[in-house]
Amino acid sequence: MEQNKSNLRRIAVDPVSRVEGHGKITLLLDAANHVHEARFHTVEFRGFEKFIQGRPYWEVPYFVQRLCGICPVSHHLAAAKAVDQLVGVDELTPTATKLRKLLHFGQTMQSHALHFFHLSSPDLLFGFGSNLKHRNIIGVIEDFPDLALKGVRLRKYGQQVIKVISGKRIHGAATVPGGMNKALTIEQRDYLLSNINDILAWSQDAVDLNEKIHTSHLENHSFARLTTNYLSMVGSKGELELYHGGLRASRPDGSKIFDQLDYRGYTDIIREEVRSWSYMKFPYLTELGRDDGWYRVGSLARMNNCDFITTPLAEAARQRFKTFGNGGFVHDTLAYHWARMIEVLHSAESIHDLLLDPEILGTDLVVKGEKREEGIGVIEAPRGTLFHHYKVNEDGTIKKANLIVSTTSNNQAMNESVRSVANEYLDGNEITEGLLNHLEVAIRAYDPCLSCATHALGKMPLQIELIGADGISIDRIEKASNGTIKHTL
Amino acid sequence: MSNASNTIKIDGVVIPFKEGQTIMDAALAADIYIPHLCHKPGLSPHGSCKLCTVDVNGRCVSSCTMPATEGQEIDNNTPALNEVRKTITQMLFIEGNHLCPSCEKTGDCTLQAIAYHLGMLDGHFSQFYPRREIDASHTSLVLDRDRCIMCELCVRASREVDGKDVFATSGRGINRHLIVHSPSGKLGDSNIERDDLAAHICPVGAILIKGDAYKVPIGQRTFDLHSVAETNLDKIILTKVRHHDA
Repeated sequence: MEQNKSNLRRIAVDPVSRVEGHGKITLLLDAANHVHEARFHTVEFRGFEKFIQGRPYWEVPYFVQRLCGICPVSHHLAAAKAVDQLVGVDELTPTATKLRKLLHFGQTMQSHALHFFHLSSPDLLFGFGSNLKHRNIIGVIEDFPDLALKGVRLRKYGQQVIKVISGKRIHGAATVPGGMNKALTIEQRDYLLSNINDILAWSQDAVDLNEKIHTSHLENHSFARLTTNYLSMVGSKGELELYHGGLRASRPDGSKIFDQLDYRGYTDIIREEVRSWSYMKFPYLTELGRDDGWYRVGSLARMNNCDFITTPLAEAARQRFKTFGNGGFVHDTLAYHWARMIEVLHSAESIHDLLLDPEILGTDLVVKGEKREEGIGVIEAPRGTLFHHYKVNEDGTIKKANLIVSTTSNNQAMNESVRSVANEYLDGNEITEGLLNHLEVAIRAYDPCLSCATHALGKMPLQIELIGADGISIDRIEKASNGTIKHTL
Repeated sequence: MSNASNTIKIDGVVIPFKEGQTIMDAALAADIYIPHLCHKPGLSPHGSCKLCTVDVNGRCVSSCTMPATEGQEIDNNTPALNEVRKTITQMLFIEGNHLCPSCEKTGDCTLQAIAYHLGMLDGHFSQFYPRREIDASHTSLVLDRDRCIMCELCVRASREVDGKDVFATSGRGINRHLIVHSPSGKLGDSNIERDDLAAHICPVGAILIKGDAYKVPIGQRTFDLHSVAETNLDKIILTKVRHHDA
């Protein structure tokens, strides 16, 4: 690639908006205006793996949840599962396990609702190239007030679940080594149960809407579509499982690469490649090698990989999803949104069931064990399989940490989707806002959490630049934070 | 000035004092809060944090070390003094690594509570980001020197109550740091024990009890339930850190 650089033109989209964090797209074009390579850069450096070194292990779930303002619970729980092992606990009390699951379902619901209703629904409801000034959550509120309100309330409910268990909607305190710090009271349970029927109904509506959007828009099927491997956690019977289970990897045809793998052996099956132009690493399945071993994670991977869902409404929705894929895997990148809403429905049903389970009100919350030097926690975060791996010194301070966050696993896939979309929609030397957003729609489908920290509701400034083979800029468009677009060359 | 025996006036309120009491002692006895960090009833006064600075007859003094004397007219809760106290608190924050979001002492930390009490919204000054040694060698305790505010409560508690002399400070200026009296300089080789007052008296997150972190849920921590301006708080804090269910 590098030796041909002088013969290529470069287009940069910086930053990418309506995703969690700050990214940048560079398209390297050849003389025939074909996209030679797409690079989706993550230009932020966080350094968590380094600066938690030397800190006491019990601080880790609280440190790492600050990775993200959208799904801190995922990091909190993945780290907590690793810390459980550090204190020699392999199985929590039934109540502690159920409280953690309840917390995680609340998290999944609020994160997915945020992503669809606030960030992605403007694209899907108005069209990818529609009027930019209207294509945002405010436009959705104006044109579809009922839908927007349901979206806001779904997210709010997920946050209420989180607050009840962890004390705060964001960055609360829930886990302790080997368990949880607080029991659920009857009043809190009844409070969450009081509007669960509305939540169930709205979740079903969200599934139906996404199903309709995807099945009725043929152009969405091929948009950024990739035929890939998939990695996710599944339960012991092959069911959709978000909190604890074995790892399953499948080929595009549905055949399994491995199944029910104890995630503590993840280093045997996943390796990470570093590339000079991004702070985000490129993981791949060791068995398939660096070139062919990349895979997708997240809602689409989970929906494809699982054999069934334990809750009836979500299972019925999954059956329709499978029917759409003719019984095989659905590889449509935009089907991520559909799969996400099925998981929202599953979360709503599971929250309902857990709240009615007498054990959720138990007070036996902590198990103790013999200390160990290594702990690995894995969870299905909203954006995909999340790995937290820690080694500790004898005094309990962190010696080494490795995190494979969900977005990292989708890194190669996002690059491939960007290349696919750019080849289809880039036309000569003209850069249009529609093109910019088509590229962003492809990225947004993965719900990437680039910094795991911030989000911008489509108001972030955006720049795309076209650079000729001679290195001179041909065209440049800038989108200001107020949404206005102007050519600056 | 009044000739009545043994009274002082704080912010216009006349309060009694006993012979030998400091202004702080008299104020606490009369349920008047003067912000403080390095003072703890029962330990010798230290006068190092300067948060308890008050204006006595036009002169700034540390109320925890200044004896109460007849006829003192004292300004305490004034905007000007609280502004100075806020600046002092900001300096304490930026001189250490006080990262409240992940610190297990959050909600139970007196420095944090005072910052809220004084309306501190940022650190104002540039962070020092010290890198001092963490000592986790003790089976029950952790010493995180980057959070130490040099109040020396642990030094005095160990010396005056525990009778052990485990802690001292060393170095000058920004190089000042807490040291441990043991052959290796490590806490694990000292004779401090989990039940010692010195193990529990730290007002910030510098000396921590292993195994207690994050056990108290949000909403039940000291300063979720109490104001730092409650004058009988010292007893509550010590009870709470020793027995979380209290």
